[in-house]
Amino acid sequence: MIALTAITAEPLDAAALVRALDITGIGALTTFVGLVRDHNLGRRVMRLEYEAYEPLALRGLELIVQEAAEQWPDVRLAIHHRIGRMGIGEASVAIAAASPHRADAFAASRYAIERIKQIVPIWKHEYFEGGDVWIEGATADPDNVEAREKAMKIACT
Amino acid sequence: MHVTIRLFARLRDITGSGELTREAPGGATVGAVWSSLVAEYPELSPYEKSISCAVNADYSRFSATVADGDEIAFLPPVSGG
Repeated sequence: MIALTAITAEPLDAAALVRALDITGIGALTTFVGLVRDHNLGRRVMRLEYEAYEPLALRGLELIVQEAAEQWPDVRLAIHHRIGRMGIGEASVAIAAASPHRADAFAASRYAIERIKQIVPIWKHEYFEGGDVWIEGATADPDNVEAREKAMKIACT
Repeated sequence: MHVTIRLFARLRDITGSGELTREAPGGATVGAVWSSLVAEYPELSPYEKSISCAVNADYSRFSATVADGDEIAFLPPVSGG
């Protein structure tokens, strides 16, 4: 059986993620896959290395699933995030959202990726042509109401 | 009492280790543990405003009191996705 949430060093498989979801009564299914991009802020990216505080990162993903369930009770969500070394074009994150209707599946999926970037303790180490840098985004605070509202607003527009 | 300190990403690079064991006085807060770490590694100080923390792998606050054997993690701004 495939877990709904996972932090894994293995390559991600969006199709397997979909099979983790119960699709009884479902009419819409979205999959979102985030890939390692070959450029960032004008730099030519060679590869990324992702690091996580694994037990808390998993807890963070579970929290996001819970938050989404509060907002969209009919949506079923699965989120897997990969860690370790990844080349250009490899999948770093996969999200599957199933819902009776499409609007909620799209919204929950967007909410999940925005929240991952806000609260889940995972870090990208970018190796680019000429150097390397740790990417630092948001201060991870699940209780920050403003951040959560921002993610919700992005998801619902 | 002893606490285990977990550090990630740039914080780990600064201290040269992802896991440190340190003495802390009874009743110490997470914030006090952070302050003594900054005293030891002054390069950490710019992170004062942007880090968050966890105790025993659960999100926590700098005002939380730590207990003997706790695992305290300091999290620089995250960049997953």
